[in-house]
Amino acid sequence: MKLRLLLSISKTHLLSRKKQSITAAMGVMFGIGTYVIMMGFMNGLNGLLDGLILNRTPHVRLYNEVAPSQNQPVDLYKVYDNKVRFVHSIKPKKVQAKIHNALPLIDYLNRQRSVLGVTPQVKVQSFYLGGSTQLNGLLIGADVLKEKEFYNLADYIVQGAVEDLARTEKGILLGAGVAKKLALKVGDYVQVTTKSGEIQTLKIVGFFQSGMADVDNVQSYVNLKMAQHIFGQSRDYITDINVKLIDIADAPEIAKSLSKKFGVTATDIQTANAQFETGSTIRTLISYAVSITLLIVAGFGIYNILNMMIFEKMNDIAILKATGFSGSDVQWIFMSQALIIGLVGGLAGLSLGYGVSVLIDSTPFETAALPTIKTYPIDYNIKYYFIGVTFAMISTFLAGWFPSRKAKKIDPVDIIRGQ
Amino acid sequence: METILEAKGISKFFHIPEEIQVLDNVSFSMKKGEFVSIMGKSGCGKSTLLYVLSTMDSDYSGELYIDRKLITGQTPNQLAHIRNANIGFVFQFHYLLPEFTVLENVVLPAKKLGLKTYEEIEFDAMEKLKLLGISDQALKLSSRISGGQKQRVAIARALINHPSIIMGDEPTGNLDSRNANVVFDIFKELSSEKNLSLLVVTHDEDFAKRTDRIIQMGDGKIIS
Ligand SMILES: Nc1ncnc2c1ncn2[C@@H]1O[C@H](COP(=O)(O)OP(=O)(O)OP(=O)(O)O)[C@@H](O)[C@H]1O
Ligand SMILES: [Mg+2]
Repeated sequence: MKLRLLLSISKTHLLSRKKQSITAAMGVMFGIGTYVIMMGFMNGLNGLLDGLILNRTPHVRLYNEVAPSQNQPVDLYKVYDNKVRFVHSIKPKKVQAKIHNALPLIDYLNRQRSVLGVTPQVKVQSFYLGGSTQLNGLLIGADVLKEKEFYNLADYIVQGAVEDLARTEKGILLGAGVAKKLALKVGDYVQVTTKSGEIQTLKIVGFFQSGMADVDNVQSYVNLKMAQHIFGQSRDYITDINVKLIDIADAPEIAKSLSKKFGVTATDIQTANAQFETGSTIRTLISYAVSITLLIVAGFGIYNILNMMIFEKMNDIAILKATGFSGSDVQWIFMSQALIIGLVGGLAGLSLGYGVSVLIDSTPFETAALPTIKTYPIDYNIKYYFIGVTFAMISTFLAGWFPSRKAKKIDPVDIIRGQ
Repeated sequence: METILEAKGISKFFHIPEEIQVLDNVSFSMKKGEFVSIMGKSGCGKSTLLYVLSTMDSDYSGELYIDRKLITGQTPNQLAHIRNANIGFVFQFHYLLPEFTVLENVVLPAKKLGLKTYEEIEFDAMEKLKLLGISDQALKLSSRISGGQKQRVAIARALINHPSIIMGDEPTGNLDSRNANVVFDIFKELSSEKNLSLLVVTHDEDFAKRTDRIIQMGDGKIIS
């Protein structure tokens, strides 16, 4: 009852000076709109850039690294324990690329609760034969359906499909750079050979383009079995095990424990891509800084307009108080005007933000790095819309608070005498 | 006859720009249904007294009773409620909310009081406007009517909550003699027919003579 009365008074105030009210609401609208656009666009870009690396990188990668042995024979000799030992010209130990006991290890990983998916790979150094030239290459034998599921392989296929390779035993998904150099089309055959000299003819089922020339110029995908076959090895020949975790934050710890437990090299994604995290954080920070600045500007706009309005409405305030409205009634009349401006401006800002996001989203954006992306990326996360309205309400609340406190304190006698 | 308003030893000082005493131990009382006028030289403290009596100014010493209840010392919110429910105020300048219609101006204090539904309140307000002969102006913006009409709207607003007392600070001071007479007749009628208590500050000798009693003030004191 009381609120309804106060609201009807503030409505009349707002409507009787439409221009001012609209100006104030527009200030909020632009602040919130920009926030939504900035967040959507920045996070869309972040997601895209993350996708470039993070989404196609395993959280933990297990392989055997070629490195000098940590323990030299002299260490075993207790007599020299307290002596300074010099060992010259250490050479790396000969290590097999093959992961020892790979199949039981994969089983073990699959049973872990923190693990989302395990994909074994066989990496084979090879050459592509094109007429008289040999092109350096790297064949990755993989379960491509799983690669698609966990590492978005399909996003980088520019011709053909992942499923085509899964269906074709002797198929190959050729790197776009390789295909260009050798002038090959989908459906053509290409010969590959390994160091040991065995030649294999494979049918090209598609091209993939990762956007990194170094990769696209050498790398190709074949089926896991095919890779093992080219190498003349059996099913348990696995060179890499890629693990995707449920929570990426667990990666360093899990990598450490796997490395200890199974004697393999394990690298986690954080160590491998440390610079990435920093980039995203800074971009988010910038977008917050810009939006908050805009909101503060909008807040000052509202503050000014309300101050002016209260100055113009001195008589009204005196009359209301003389006829029995309390100080807090008067305060809420002006407070509610600020909040209405905030809400209307905020909602208009969300619509503006959404509208411009849709526009950006349909603006063409071609990049070699991401063949499947055709327009600018936008993140439509509802979170930003919630935060936007909340921001609008908080900033207009603060902007309205001080002028309306002043209105509350106005002494009607001063005003009535002043006439 | 019961007492509607009583002032006991009310004094008031202004400190700025210099220490001056504007009200000096003012005591008087008013009976229900009385029509009292206050006269006195300019600057003798009439308005100041009226602001104290109307509870708008609480910075004074002494005691004020309305309806035999002690008003002095109540909180600002309680005072606002007393003004809302028990006191109708008519100013020299008409003091309406310019962006609201005549009807809205009249109904606001009643909606604030909240004792009746909006329909009942609007019906009451139309009755008051009819009584004052301006019901045809009800839906006009209050800034779009004449000075005499505005003063009658202010009276209708003062009447809407059936207050114990109506106070006016030179309510006819800003009107021509014809309109002043209209307003006086309305007051007189309210006093005699509705048994309403009225306390009106005026400079108009003729006006004052026709009231039940004249309080003469001089230099912050009641002379007679
Ligand atoms: N806010 C104030 N600060 C200081 N002195 C004031 C203030 N308001 C009024 N006064 C002084 O108090 C005295 C009484 O003023 P008041 O307005 O009550 O006079 P009044 O009798 O109503 O005069 P008038 O007939 O001209 O309306 C005057 O001398 C005036 O100068
Ligand atoms: Mg005066």
